[in-house]
Amino acid sequence: MTTETLLKVENLKKHFPIRGGILGKEVGSVKAVEGVSFEVKKGETLGIVGESGCGKSTTGRMLLRLIEPTEGKVYFEGQDVTKLSTGDMRKLRRDMQMVFQDPFASLNPRHTVEKILEEPMKVHGIGTSKERKQKVRELLEIVGLSSYHAKRYPHQFSGGQRQRIGIARALMTQPKLIIADEPVSALDVSIQSQVLNLMQDLQKEFQLTYIVIAHDLGVVRHISDRVGVMYLGRMAELTDSEKLYDKPLHPYTQALLSAVPIPDPLYEKDAVVLEGDIPSPSNPPSGCAFHTRCPFKMDVCSQKVPELREHEPGHYVACHLYTEEGSAAGQNKQPLEEGKYE
Amino acid sequence: MGEPAQRLEPANKPPQEETISPWKEAWRKFRKNKIALVGTSIVFFFILVAIFAPLIAPQGINEQDLPNRLQPPSADFWFGTDDFGRDIFSRVVFGARLSLTVGFLAVVGSAIVGSMLGIIAGYYGKWVDTIISRIFDIMLAFPSILLAIAVVSILGPSLRNALIAIAIINIPNFGRLIRSRVLSVKEEEYIMAAKAIGMSDSRILFSHVLPNSMTPIIVQGSLAIATAILEAAALGFLGLGAQIPEPEWGAMLAASRALLVQAPWTLFFPGLAIMLAVLGFNLMGDGLRDALDPKMKT
Repeated sequence: MTTETLLKVENLKKHFPIRGGILGKEVGSVKAVEGVSFEVKKGETLGIVGESGCGKSTTGRMLLRLIEPTEGKVYFEGQDVTKLSTGDMRKLRRDMQMVFQDPFASLNPRHTVEKILEEPMKVHGIGTSKERKQKVRELLEIVGLSSYHAKRYPHQFSGGQRQRIGIARALMTQPKLIIADEPVSALDVSIQSQVLNLMQDLQKEFQLTYIVIAHDLGVVRHISDRVGVMYLGRMAELTDSEKLYDKPLHPYTQALLSAVPIPDPLYEKDAVVLEGDIPSPSNPPSGCAFHTRCPFKMDVCSQKVPELREHEPGHYVACHLYTEEGSAAGQNKQPLEEGKYE
Repeated sequence: MGEPAQRLEPANKPPQEETISPWKEAWRKFRKNKIALVGTSIVFFFILVAIFAPLIAPQGINEQDLPNRLQPPSADFWFGTDDFGRDIFSRVVFGARLSLTVGFLAVVGSAIVGSMLGIIAGYYGKWVDTIISRIFDIMLAFPSILLAIAVVSILGPSLRNALIAIAIINIPNFGRLIRSRVLSVKEEEYIMAAKAIGMSDSRILFSHVLPNSMTPIIVQGSLAIATAILEAAALGFLGLGAQIPEPEWGAMLAASRALLVQAPWTLFFPGLAIMLAVLGFNLMGDGLRDALDPKMKT
């Protein structure tokens, strides 16, 4: 892994308007993503986790501008992606590809596998027809299918096989960055690890950089170098994978980790159970968005939004337990002790 | 012990070229549907009759045989003769040409125009959609036959203008169908995937959206041919479509309606032809719908 930054995201926001009334006036907005910043180094895997509705998929799609950001900047190799024209953006997509969640929906049912895989190369005008077909067969073998599968249709494959096709499609243009949006959540558990291992092998082989979006902490731990935890459109905590699992700082991360089932009947869980639901992103709570469910809530939490700060080198957290305001309030309840979440 | 080895051979054959396209799959389902096959046979029967009409018809369409006026069906005149002594069988046979042509062309025309408008409305949305959809709404607010009568009265009564009128009144049916289909298809993840690989909008429309919106066009098309034949007959009956002495089924009914009691066969056979043709297309269309679009099944 190098230290070179491939992707830099600054204060990314997405507000979806809510329209109402006869004239379709904007009556409010869903703040799906509310100022997210992070960096991705060349060759690393960044995991983004969070509950459904926390804005992680929207973030992923904004990086590719499949959804236009409301505010903020995305730098890919130093170039501001949000300022590119539609045409230039299309060209850039050669270097940034995406793997989708639902392998049953992400492949056109009326195209053969060959046509599906050939398409990215065709769109970017790479190679002759013969070279493209050759490449399709090569990649099918690489992702663990057979070259004779090229003539088949998506409905003739299982979910795991289809996801392999989806991964092959993302690899066709030899991209630098692959954004995988819940790449295995639609698959059986037995198939999940196969696909994740495939993704890791491919990363080594093609020097890929991944952003893996998931709600399953186990999946993210398996594949990520660093992990970002999102809550209600904001990054709550961002750090190395090992650190996050050994010593989570944010109470939300602690609750998430304690919810991971442990396959040991004798293990007694000291679970942090969150009460209530994730608040509506159209009307987020004041201050820290998590204060409505936080077991360590202080007065300052409902007043001021905590910034994402570097608490320890490489360990960023957005929580008042670790800010001066929180300490000054004298209510610095220590979060759960170290090593409880392994 | 050579026998088991021999038996294994077919199983050992690599499944290399085993491709099941969605069309093949649909055909497999369609073939099992007996009623749909009956409908298809009727349709093919009428198509053959239309193509080989000059060979099948024993007499010309306007050949008057005055001594044999108003003959009931017999070995000489299978469907009888009308009040000019014209052979009804020959006229019904040639009528198949007119009705099928009108039905087919009107539907193809309205399907093309309607699909284009529907795709544009569905894919681009916003004000484009609002304008196109409101036009469809206005057209659908009129009873279709009334709208057709209005169109024909502007253009003047003739079979060609009846065809145009039928095509126009069917446009919103196709348009709305395709629009709703496009609305759902464009939210599919493979459209997002196509955008993610850098495809342009127009390419997505023609390579992904249109092929996945085809099946309802085909189903609606086959059903609409039946309606179009009926509408052409209705316009013919009202004197707004085919003009006497053209052997159009509806016009034949109109010309003979005074003879209902005296010579019922002059009405019965053109009417039967209309009914059979419409039935055939409807049965075939239902079968196509079940085979191509199982979700649409009622």
